[in-house]
Amino acid sequence: MSTVPRFWRHIPQRYNLVGTHCKNCDEYYFPPRTICPTCRRAARMEDHKFRGEGEVVTFTTIYNATDDFKRQTPYNLAIIELSEGPRLTGQVICSPSEIEIGMRVRPVFRILGKDGDRGIIYYGTKFVPAGGPI
Amino acid sequence: MRSVSIIGAGCTKFGERWDDSLRDLVVETGIMALEDASVSGEEIDGLYVGNMSGGRFVEQEHIGALISDCAGLSRLHVPSTRVEAACASGGLALRQGVLAVASGYSDVVIAAGVEKMTDVTGGVAADALAAAADREWECFFGATFPALYAMIARLHMHRYGTTREELAEVAVKNHHNGCSNPISQYQVEITIDEVLRSPLVADPLRVLDCSPITDGAAAVVLAPTEEAKKYSDGPVRILAAAQASDTLALHDRRDITTLDASVFAARKAFSQAGLAPGDVDLAEVHDAFTIGEIVAIEDLGFVEKGKGGRAVSDGLTSIGGEIPVNTSGGLKACGHPVGATGIKQAYEMVLQLRGEAGKRQVEGAQVGLTHNVGGCGGTAIVHIMSR
Ligand SMILES: [Zn+2]
Repeated sequence: MSTVPRFWRHIPQRYNLVGTHCKNCDEYYFPPRTICPTCRRAARMEDHKFRGEGEVVTFTTIYNATDDFKRQTPYNLAIIELSEGPRLTGQVICSPSEIEIGMRVRPVFRILGKDGDRGIIYYGTKFVPAGGPI
Repeated sequence: MRSVSIIGAGCTKFGERWDDSLRDLVVETGIMALEDASVSGEEIDGLYVGNMSGGRFVEQEHIGALISDCAGLSRLHVPSTRVEAACASGGLALRQGVLAVASGYSDVVIAAGVEKMTDVTGGVAADALAAAADREWECFFGATFPALYAMIARLHMHRYGTTREELAEVAVKNHHNGCSNPISQYQVEITIDEVLRSPLVADPLRVLDCSPITDGAAAVVLAPTEEAKKYSDGPVRILAAAQASDTLALHDRRDITTLDASVFAARKAFSQAGLAPGDVDLAEVHDAFTIGEIVAIEDLGFVEKGKGGRAVSDGLTSIGGEIPVNTSGGLKACGHPVGATGIKQAYEMVLQLRGEAGKRQVEGAQVGLTHNVGGCGGTAIVHIMSR
């Protein structure tokens, strides 16, 4: 079981998709990076809140999960390219037959899981098909 | 820099070794390697061991001192170092050993790898392995290790027309090879149909696309090439030892269907050896999942990007084909005790280059390549060796 700060320190990023933008090369990063891999020492980083709309680059449906996620199977996991450019990994809530490469998605705020039976319940961003209900 | 050779090699039987602890496996392989190299122990002046997660799998860290102790070297106070790069820990130990001898800092070095994975339940093992991925930004959202490779497979199929059957062909071939390898965890033939009917793990990957949970250990003994003949009649010369890294998370890669770490490590290795992919007679590549082997033969330069699936189904990578791949049975059939895998690959190559691989022998094998990947491409290590 983990301590509260392990989850708490990532709240801005995981709840609100806050990443970074390098003013030197105009690249966006999620999760936030302190050092821009393109500019390194010349980087000028600022926080950026992503809108969260994006597109499925690739995906899978997970049937066999680790203990923490077992109750959720089967679930879709995808690499999503946000409109601003960066890519992230997240769950897409829809039927396994519905998800496809190139599908537009938007973010929703959901319970992601819990740390054992008595541990912390943690929240974050999942995605749904862009046209679908909330 | 001095040229380095492998003067002895050993590997335990891979599988579910319920009767044996991590320590037992280390002792077993250590004795084999030392006997094969005909060294008694006093000559050893360095030890490197690859181990991914002793802490999670057997609740034991400080594996460096442990293996030196188990190998009976405690009274010699030999420096012993544990190295970790997830599933590439073994390859990393080999490369560190090569660097130590090449630099002249050490003369006779053991490079070993060990993982004891069956002392914990499947769920705990899966979670320990998932730690090779990005814990905060992949696993936190439900990613598993097979899921990441499944996403590589999905995009490879979408972009290049790689088929589900071609993925299955990798498993079928590697099981066939494993049948003639006495250390192999699985020594049973499987069919394409059996792969396609096995339960889904992470679509499109099924149980028979995945390497198993395995206990095992392997070790090689290294010495300067100019002294190798003193110990061994059939030393195997290391022509290149290259390593490269990439982003930890799959989603940050330049291209999801390419492991750039493999590309860069291979490029560096070929330039060190002064060879090209066409000069290689056989390869052991990192097939933790069937798609891994297809991507690997592309990234290492054996076939064009996107043509890996067809190459496998055309028999290019079978024994007797143009470039036999994973004659040992690979991670898929021979087994994947993560920290030991990179050293087992070298062990297989030593047997092949000495002409001692029995029924799976590649005729006239002169130059071999081994390719070990950490995570889904955060680290890649490539060795080229010759007889
Ligand atoms: Zn920048």
